[in-house]
Amino acid sequence: MSSFLSQEVPLSWYLLLSALLFTLGVVGFLIKRNLITVFMSIELMLNGVNLSFVTFAHQWHAVKGQIFVFFVMMVAAAEAAVGLAIIIAVFRARATLAVDRIDLMKL
Amino acid sequence: MNGSLHLWLIPLLPFAGFLINGLLGRRLPKFLVTTVALIAPLAAFGFVLNAGFLEFIHGNPGFTNSVPLAVNLNGHDAIINPVANPYSYVETFGTWLNIGTLHIDFSFVLDQLSLVMLLVVTGVGFLIHIYSVGYMKEDAGYARYFAYLNLFLFFMTTLVLAGNALVMFVGWEGVGLASYLLIGFWFSKTSAADAGKKAFIVNRIGDVGFLIGMFLLLANFGTLTFTEIATKLGQDPGWTGGVVTVIALCLLLGATGKSAQLPLYIWLPDAMEGPTPVSALIHAATMVTAGVYMIARTHVLFDHSPFALNTVAIVGAATALFAATIALVQTDIKRVLAYSTISQLGYMFLGCGVAAYSAAIFHLMTHAFFKALLFLAAGSVIHGLGGEQDMRKMGGLRKKMPVTFWTMTMGVIAIAGIPPFSGFFSKDAILYAAYTQGSLGKVLYVVGLVTAALTAFYMFRLWYLTFNGESRDSHAHPHESPWSMLGPLVILALLSLGGGWISGAWAGVGNFGAFLAPVLGETANESGSAILEVILSVVAVMVAVLGWFVAEWLYGQKSDHSEQLAAAMPGAHKLLVNKYYVDEFYGATIIKPLMAVSTYLLGWFVDKAILGGAAWLLGGIATFSGALLQRWQSGNLRSYAAWLAAGAAAVLLFFVLPWMSLLANFGIHLGMAGH
Repeated sequence: MSSFLSQEVPLSWYLLLSALLFTLGVVGFLIKRNLITVFMSIELMLNGVNLSFVTFAHQWHAVKGQIFVFFVMMVAAAEAAVGLAIIIAVFRARATLAVDRIDLMKL
Repeated sequence: MNGSLHLWLIPLLPFAGFLINGLLGRRLPKFLVTTVALIAPLAAFGFVLNAGFLEFIHGNPGFTNSVPLAVNLNGHDAIINPVANPYSYVETFGTWLNIGTLHIDFSFVLDQLSLVMLLVVTGVGFLIHIYSVGYMKEDAGYARYFAYLNLFLFFMTTLVLAGNALVMFVGWEGVGLASYLLIGFWFSKTSAADAGKKAFIVNRIGDVGFLIGMFLLLANFGTLTFTEIATKLGQDPGWTGGVVTVIALCLLLGATGKSAQLPLYIWLPDAMEGPTPVSALIHAATMVTAGVYMIARTHVLFDHSPFALNTVAIVGAATALFAATIALVQTDIKRVLAYSTISQLGYMFLGCGVAAYSAAIFHLMTHAFFKALLFLAAGSVIHGLGGEQDMRKMGGLRKKMPVTFWTMTMGVIAIAGIPPFSGFFSKDAILYAAYTQGSLGKVLYVVGLVTAALTAFYMFRLWYLTFNGESRDSHAHPHESPWSMLGPLVILALLSLGGGWISGAWAGVGNFGAFLAPVLGETANESGSAILEVILSVVAVMVAVLGWFVAEWLYGQKSDHSEQLAAAMPGAHKLLVNKYYVDEFYGATIIKPLMAVSTYLLGWFVDKAILGGAAWLLGGIATFSGALLQRWQSGNLRSYAAWLAAGAAAVLLFFVLPWMSLLANFGIHLGMAGH
């Protein structure tokens, strides 16, 4: 009897969205050459994972998942600070942000 | 009273001398090196005399039923069972091996046999030490030389005193080592280094026989102690042939290696590369007689195997004749003596082979005296001529070196077997024993007699070439040797003269045999007679004199008889000069195939192809796979990320795949939960 809108969004939709976000992050990480974009892709993967954490926390009525999300956000913030600093340092040294060119560790 | 004879001191004193001179000799002043080197054998000789006196004359302090010596010496009624020997004094220093039923002690035995050997080894050894002081005076390796010489005495006395075959083997290998070190003493000379190697390797072949013999003894008797073996064999008198023959033949192989008998004699002539006193002590008087001593020690085994005994006799007689013929034409004074040593050792083997062990030991002793004397006198000649060893360049030394001449003359008469010198008594005892041993014995007796004639001939040839006539080398300025060298010569000359008298009999082994009888288990030979003994000894003397006359005719006057003789029989002469081509024969049949196998099969195929190939393959695989994996480390961030993602996907798949069906159910469940 309930209308389409009043219905609760099924769990699988959240999970599908989460997987979609994560996959986008992975694909972006793999195909983009700009270091900033690669960095943003990482954030996308993290948030995709966050979404599934929250989903499961809601589903099982467990607070652990939400606490994990806070942890992840905190680590992401720290990572953003350090990562951006590294990116700036790399740009200053190499005058480029193309990841293909940053391959000094190659034998 | 339960005293100890302290036998351990006898080998340990020379060993202390070896340690002092070997470790510190280079830093010690020369007179201290000399003192240490001389005190060690002298003290050992003193302890041997002391032990012999305490045990045999004073009565054994450690043995309750000891009887005075005189009782034993009277008459020929010898004690057959060697275990019942009242004079067998055993000193045990501890257990060496104790594995299951196998029990081997580190033990020394002093009995009549080892006492005689010890007196010869330490006594002659001491004289040669004194001689060496003069002979090696100018040598840079003075301390090293005496260290080795003392080391030799240590091992030799261990060998002689050994109470079981394993301890004897220690001494056996040790004297081989000392021999190797001293043959190659002047190691910067290639020929000396090669000769040392040759001696060591040829001896090793014999040692394999000794070792296998010991293994068989352990397997069949469960013991290596000589007296226990004798007891076990004595309990079963019918036990002859079979495994006992095999053991005896294995031991014989060991003895032929050490005592330079056919077919392993080839190392001894080359061993003359060592200093002459070494040739006298090790390669004439003592070490090479170890094989004879070993056979006498293990004689019960040979007694129980007529076949092995006959083999010993035949090997001995064949070697005696064979070496004597080679000695006829040698021109190097030391090589003549070397072949003469092989020949005389053949006599001792012949004596052992006709079960006349005491005669063999008797000859061993007298031979030690006169052969040491001959070598030392030859050394004195070489010394006086500044290193010349070729007899063709000697001659006329009689006036220049009178003491050497007279002492050497006594040695020559002794070895030729002319009474009253010692060689006559011992050689005659062996020939007499051979003659009385059946038809094979008669044949061996004839061989021995011919050898005796040859011996007299080549020794007088040496004597004439060296001392008679005029000097054949105008550059030579011979001079007499110092008294440190002449003193031992005089003492040994007296021993060569009187050493045979201790038998107290005109023929046969007499008192000497009676003294050794408790160990060697011999009875007086009944098949002979006094008349026969006298006849045989007269024949032997006549044969020796014949050899002398032939030598006199060929080399005595200024004549070219010897050249004519050589020209008349060019084939035989060439054969003898080239020593029957035995070295060449061994080279072609043994050394060359061995070298080919080593070089091509082992060297090229096994080592280079198989082992080298395997190593190369392993290295190649590592390099190749490294080169492949190296491409993985591209340095490209995105390729790393791709591998990371692929890896994560693989792990996920690995864990998820088994749960796929469950996940499907779960999905349906979730879907239903939405309703």
